This record gives sequence, C-alpha cells and structure tokens, in this order.
Amino acid sequence: MTIIDNTATVPSPRDGADHTGPLLEVRDLHVEFHTRDGVAKAVNGVNYSVNAGETLAVLGESGSGKSVTAQAIMGILDMPPGKIPQGEILFRGQDMLKMAEEDRRKIRGRKIAMIFQDALSSLNPVLSVGYQLGEMFRVHQGLSKKDATVKAVELMDKVKIPAAKARVTDYPHQFSGGMRQRIMIAMALALEPDLIIADEPTTALDVTVQAQVMDLLAELQQEYNMGLILITHDLGVVADVADKIAVMYAGRIVEQAPVHELYKRPAHPYTKGLLESIPRLDQKGQELYAIKGLPPNLLRVPTGCAFNPRCPKADDICRTEIPALVPVTEQDGADLPGRTSACHFWKETIHG
Amino acid sequence: MPDVTKTATAVEDAVALPADPAPAAKQEKARSLWGDAWVDLRRNPYFLVASVLIFFLLLIAVFPSLFTSASPTKGDLVKHFLGKPELGSIGSEGWLGYDGQGRSVYARLIYGTRASIIVGVAVTAIVTIVGGVMGMLAGYFGGWIDALLSRLTDIFFGIPFLLGAMVVLQSFVERTVWVVVFALAFLGWTQMARVMRGAVITVKHADYVHAAKALGAGTGRILFRHILPNAMAPVIVVATIALGGYISAEATLSYLGLGLAAPTVSWGVDISTGVDQIRVAQHILLWPSIMLSITVLAFIMLGEAVRNALDPKLR
Amino acid sequence: MGRYVARRLLQMIPVFLGTTLLIFLMVYSLPGDPVAGMFGDKGADPATLAKIRHDLGLDLPLWQQYWNYMTDIILHFDFGTQIRNGRPITEVLGEAFPVTLQLAALAFAFELVFGIGLGIIAGLKAGRLADNAILIFTLLIISIPVFVLGFIIKMVFAFELGWIEPNVSNDQLVSEMIAPAIVLGGLSLAYVARLTRTSMAENLRADYMRTAVAKGLPRRRVIGVHLMRNSMIPVVTFLGTDIGALMGGAVVTERIFNIKGVGGLIAESITRREGSTLVGLVTILVIIYLVTSLLIDLLYAVLDPRIRYA
Repeated sequence: MTIIDNTATVPSPRDGADHTGPLLEVRDLHVEFHTRDGVAKAVNGVNYSVNAGETLAVLGESGSGKSVTAQAIMGILDMPPGKIPQGEILFRGQDMLKMAEEDRRKIRGRKIAMIFQDALSSLNPVLSVGYQLGEMFRVHQGLSKKDATVKAVELMDKVKIPAAKARVTDYPHQFSGGMRQRIMIAMALALEPDLIIADEPTTALDVTVQAQVMDLLAELQQEYNMGLILITHDLGVVADVADKIAVMYAGRIVEQAPVHELYKRPAHPYTKGLLESIPRLDQKGQELYAIKGLPPNLLRVPTGCAFNPRCPKADDICRTEIPALVPVTEQDGADLPGRTSACHFWKETIHG
Repeated sequence: MPDVTKTATAVEDAVALPADPAPAAKQEKARSLWGDAWVDLRRNPYFLVASVLIFFLLLIAVFPSLFTSASPTKGDLVKHFLGKPELGSIGSEGWLGYDGQGRSVYARLIYGTRASIIVGVAVTAIVTIVGGVMGMLAGYFGGWIDALLSRLTDIFFGIPFLLGAMVVLQSFVERTVWVVVFALAFLGWTQMARVMRGAVITVKHADYVHAAKALGAGTGRILFRHILPNAMAPVIVVATIALGGYISAEATLSYLGLGLAAPTVSWGVDISTGVDQIRVAQHILLWPSIMLSITVLAFIMLGEAVRNALDPKLR
Repeated sequence: MGRYVARRLLQMIPVFLGTTLLIFLMVYSLPGDPVAGMFGDKGADPATLAKIRHDLGLDLPLWQQYWNYMTDIILHFDFGTQIRNGRPITEVLGEAFPVTLQLAALAFAFELVFGIGLGIIAGLKAGRLADNAILIFTLLIISIPVFVLGFIIKMVFAFELGWIEPNVSNDQLVSEMIAPAIVLGGLSLAYVARLTRTSMAENLRADYMRTAVAKGLPRRRVIGVHLMRNSMIPVVTFLGTDIGALMGGAVVTERIFNIKGVGGLIAESITRREGSTLVGLVTILVIIYLVTSLLIDLLYAVLDPRIRYA
C-alpha cells in the first residue's frame, strides 16, 4: 500500500479504493501513563472500527479512556508519560503505529482530522483564524499565503460563519463559543479527510448552539461521506447522529451495539445505569436513578470486572474474572449483528 | 438534554453521604497544593542540597564559635597575607590563610556569615511585609486605591535599585548592618508589591472567594482566610530568591565602598579589601566570594525548587 | 489601541514627576555641602559661599529648587551645571552616555542571542541532560555576584591568558568592551534563559500545540510558529524592562573595568555629593525606563492580540 506517497500531490483524499476493510480499525489497543504515583492503565485492549460514511459514538465517563484512544489514533499522545505497549491502529489496513513519523504526519489533518472540545484553548490565541485555517493548505498543498486565505474564507462560508471575508483576520477570542467551534470544524474539514474524530465537540457550548453545531457536523459528514468518531458523554447527542455506539468503562469497551438497539435493550449493567439516569418527563416526581460509587482510579483498577464495585448485579465471579467482550444473541440464539457485551450476566441484563 | 456529567454530580453527592463510606474510604485522599508540593520537594535533589546548606549557614550565623576558636578581629602581623593557606589542615586557624593584617581568613569567613544572613533575612522580612500589604490592598480593593498604590510603586520602581541604595547609604555617616538593611528595603519592596498584587488579583476572582462573599464573610475574613493563604505561593518563591539577591547586593555595595565598613566583620568588607590586593594575594578575595556565591545559590535553589513544586504545569 | 496608548502616556506623567521628586529629596537629604567642598580644607569666607549658593539657587526652598529644576529640564532641556567645575551637565552626560550605551547595547545583544538560545535548547530538551546542564549554569551565573564574575573574567583572560587588557582604554574600542559586556549581561542572560525555558515548557502543554500537531504540521513549524509566537511574549517584556536595568547596573561593571561611563559618573557624583549631576543622571535613566516600558507595553499589544482588543 502506498496511499501516502501517491496522494502527496493529490488534494482529493477519497482514493485508496484497493482496500476493502473498514476505514479505521483499532485492535487490542493498550495505553498506559507512567506517573510518579505508578502506572495508570488508561486503555486496556480496545477494539473498534469505523467505515466510510459511518458514525461511531464512543460513550463514557471522564477517565474511561475514550479520549486517550482518540489521541492514540491521532498520534498526539504525550509520550512520555504515555506509552502504547501493544495494539494496532489500522487505517485503510495499514498499521499507523508502525509507520515512520513523517508518514503519520502526512495522514494527520489530511486523512484523519480531529475536532477538540474547547475551541478557545485549542486555537492558537496569537494567530488569526485565517492564518490557522490557511496553514492547512499551505503546509499540505503548498498553496501561497494569498490563495490559502481565499480558501480559508471559503471554509468559513462553508461552516456558515457570517461575514467570513471580514472576519478572516480576526483572532479566536473575538468569536463566540459556537463560532469558534465552527472554525475548529472548518479546520478539520479543510482537506476533506476520510475520518474525523470529534472529541466532545459540543460540551463547552450552550444547549441551543450544541444542536446547530451537531447538525452542521452531521450535514458535512454526509456531504463528504466521511467516517466520524464522536466521543461524548452525552446520550442525547448520540441518539440523533450515531450509527453505532461503543460504551467504554475503565479503559475497556463494555458494550457495542447499533444505536437504537442499545437504547431499547442494553446488554451491560453500566449502560443500563446510564440510560436509567436520564431524567424523563414521563417519570416526573420519581427519584432520579444514579449509578452509585465513583469511576475507578486508573492506578488501581478493581480486579475482575472493573465495574463490579458499582454494579447492582455483581457476584463473586465479577470480582475475580475479567469478562470478555462476547457476541450478544437473542434468547433463541439468533444473531444480533454488531452487538457485544463484556458482562458475565449479559443474558440476564438484556433479557431479564 | 440528558447528560452523564449531571449523573456524575449526583453520584458524588451520593458518595458524600455517610451511608456508603466504603468506596469513599478506598479513594485516595486528595492532597492539597502544599501537601503535593512537599511530596515533590522531598525527592528534589536541588531542594535537599539547598536545605542542608541553609541549615549550616544559619548554624554558623547563630553560633560562629562552634566552627572556629580563632578570633576574626585579632591580627598577628607576623602572619600577614603572605602566609599562604595550608589547605591540608582543615578547620585550623590558618587553613585558608591570613589577610593583610594577619587575621585568619577562615575565622573572618565564619564570623562574617552573620552579617550577610541578617541583611538577607531582615530585608526580605521587611519588603515582604511592606510590599505584601501594599500589593494586597491594591489588588483586593482595586479602583483608586490600586491606581494610587500602583503609581507609588512605579515611582519607587523607576529608580535603579543599586543606585537608590547607594544614595541612601551615602546619607548615613555610620553604616551599620541596619542602615544597609534600610537602604536595600527602601526600594526593594516594589518587587514584592507587584508580585502580591498580581497574585491577589488572580485569587480574587476564584469561585471560593465569591462563595465566601455570598455567605456574608467580612472583608478581613476574606482577605486573611481565603485570599492571603492562596496568594502566598508566588510571594514566598520570589522572597526566597530575592533573599539571595539582597545578600549579593550587600556585598556589591561593600565592593563599591558604600556597604558595611570595617569594624563590622562581613564578607562584603573582606571582598572589598581583597579587591585591592588582588595581584598580591588572591585568597583574601577568593574565599568570601565563594561563601557568598554558595549562600546566594542555596537560597535561589530553594526558591526555584519550591516554585517548581508549586507549579504543576512545569512538571 | 489609541486609548490604550493615551492612558499609558497619562500614567507616565505622575510616575515621572514622582520619581524625579523622590530622587531629588533623597539627594538633598545627603549630608555635606558641595559648595564648601569646592574650596577644600582651607574653606572660603561665608559671604562668597552664600553668593555661590544664591547663584546656583541653592538658598531657595526645596520645592522651589525642584520646580526650577524641572521647568529647566522640560522647557530648555537644561539639566543644570556641575557644581565642582561649572560644566553643563548635558555636556558631561554627552561624554559618558554614549560609552554606557555602547556597553549596554553589547550586553543586550549578548543576552538576547545566548539567553534565548540557551532557553530554547533547555525548553525543547526539558528534563534531559542539556536542560539540567543549562539549569545549573544559569543558577551559578545568578549566584555569583557581578563583581566576582568580573574579577574572575579579568583574572583569567587579562592576567593569566593575556587575551584582553584589564582596563578599557580611553578610546573605548568595541573589542575592549566585549568582556565588560559579558559581565554586565551575564545575570540577565541567565534570567532570559530561565524565562524562555519556563515559558516554552508551559506553552508546550497548551491545547493549541496539540491542535497544531493534529493538523499534521511539520515539527519545525509547530515549534517555530505556534510555540515561539506564544513563548516569546514574556521574554520580550523582560528584555524591554532590562534595557534600563543594564544602564543602571553598569555602575559595578564600569568600576571593575575602569570605564568612564554613566556608572562611573554616578558613583563619583554620590561620593562628591554632586546633587544636580546625580538628579540629572537619574532623571535620564528614569526617562529611558519609562520610554522603554511604554514601548514594551505597545509591543506586547502587537504580539498578543488579546491585549490589543481588550
């Protein structure tokens, strides 16, 4: 495979048709951080995949490893203290962890782009947005400063920033939160990448603006037929845009399912707990359910199933054996495509 | 919109209740800023070296007679500075040689420590109190108080530090240790006022200060219980580093002929004598210069170590 | 931006007046009589002394002396005359000032190049051998008092190796100024290196740095454009305020190398109680300080758009 070399001068990223598997595949990924208090195992064997045009939502609390996985894919982990002891990240069938740094750099931004949570701190405060957007074209396509600025204005129009031409010389702090996040999206879209990773793209925004930004992202994803990994802790965002969901807990995927199935019939007590803790209008007056306990300390993950101290179903086996991520089936044994769960009692949870 | 973070908050509330103490007890107790810094400091070699050095310097300053039996003031002209150091016999009267009046360089080194330490500590104490109060008032009250105090600080800051100290010293006939302390503190407080003002302004906008105000805490309580403890970190760091600087400044003034003067025993006095005799006998200048540099280094290392420990961003 | 400049200029006025008044009061509280000093031990008859005092305006109340002094400076650029030899102070300054300016400029260039250079190396190699070596080097430089450093350099390069002359000649050649400039700029060099390193280490962890990497920018661009633009802001601020400090700090360096600049003039004026010379010198230093800090504030606004539009 020589995608990288071939496309060095080709602006359109949608080639490499000779590869038939998923666009991105993460296999048995482990990430740990060496801190002065010990080794924090942030990601412990994550597997997931995304196809072109597909949206995978990765759901989890803070510290579940969802963002760390994304950073590992982007190759922007701080190493050290971060370390990837094992695993593969296949992009169009090629393991990015084995690539030369220069080859990886050419994928970043051009093939796989990332949208960060806090646009204010993620944009450089002392460079104009036009410069930061234009930089993508200047670096990856060798455009002149003038042409790059023209492209930057086009991009700002594309993400519906009013008066783009006038505002291209403005600095990040002069934009509202929603507009800044649009600029982040524009930057990620600049080179029409194959895959976008959005790390909690709407968390920092007002609720009214959240919907606009999500809609824009979904619209652009459709237009360009991109793969999208949406990292979030917001179950509401997920339901509208995702195709499938991976739920993470303590650095592992505990459940995977197509989006509507997961809402209908969760196969893991953690997912169930999350869904039950959503306030619902039809249950007004009842006490709101909350998962008891705190997320685990990654320096001392509980033995067995990491969720066992907080799990209402926990039994002796949960404290000793780590449950494998196994396919979930109907009661009669019929396949449920795309569904897996890492719970010793998944049957009871989904069918019980 | 359903949101897991809200659930997490609810979870924390649930844990806070004593009903289910088990998971909470297992959780690591959150360390405070200073507690965390202390853990960091104990492993920092710079901090350990600096602490040991400062301990010994203080010991020498308080009990010089523990370290030498020789007198720093009685000279025997027979042994004047051509009597070369006998580095082999460590700690003896003559191991670092004698000065022009036949006095033991080692004894003068030991007895000179006190003057330097007093100047450093006293100037630092004065500028921290004066500058700290000015900075705190300016930072906390803002408005015309800030404008007035900041301009006043600017005025004193405008005069070059060493030059101002020289003028002040020149107006005293007898230059004792306390006169030198006054001269250095006269312009030195501005630095501390600026640091304190900046720190207070940062802390002032913290949520816990707003919370204390909302709960009806008085100005005094907010200043001393909430703002001061949290604004102290940068002040302590700057004060420690400045302490070394003041010791160095005292010696510099002595070198210029405006610092402490003869009957006082101090490194600065010996350094200024040593400068005149540089071509004949280097050791008179050498040893006090080394002691001075080590002392300044110790305080600067201490300050830097504390700064790094308190600032997690630098790790 | 215009209002910002105007406000800064207005703030400068009370500071200028306050600082000059302060130094005026300090100098005139010095004991001793410069007029009597002119006549040495023999002394002069009281009538002559009174006449000279009257001619120089020294018999007026202090506030009036200050008023006359300031109006002369502002309206006629007249800094008064040296009491001892009656030369106008502007003339005395005109001789000494270029020498110190040359020394300070060389020291500044030295601290700029090596300070920032060492700081960048330390910042990029944070926690590694080079960083620790630079840390120890800068700590040593900061700890060794300037006059000791001066003597070490003089001993080694002048007396032992014979590469330089121990004292700067009256011609003040640039080649003679290099060693003094290193001594003068050494301390600031260490501070600049530390500040650059700290600022870079802080900004290296900023979110926008992660974004820059995620954009697929080459490392030299991530460092050279994104990191440097942000990290240099505090360094530039420090460098600006340091110009004035270098001129004030030249007192010691000029003494060590026997340079006839402003520093020597200041030391001489203090010991001779030449009040008007001293006030004139300090007034000039204060003006330099105020102008550079204004320029730095403006430069700061240029470098950091968040200030510009605030």
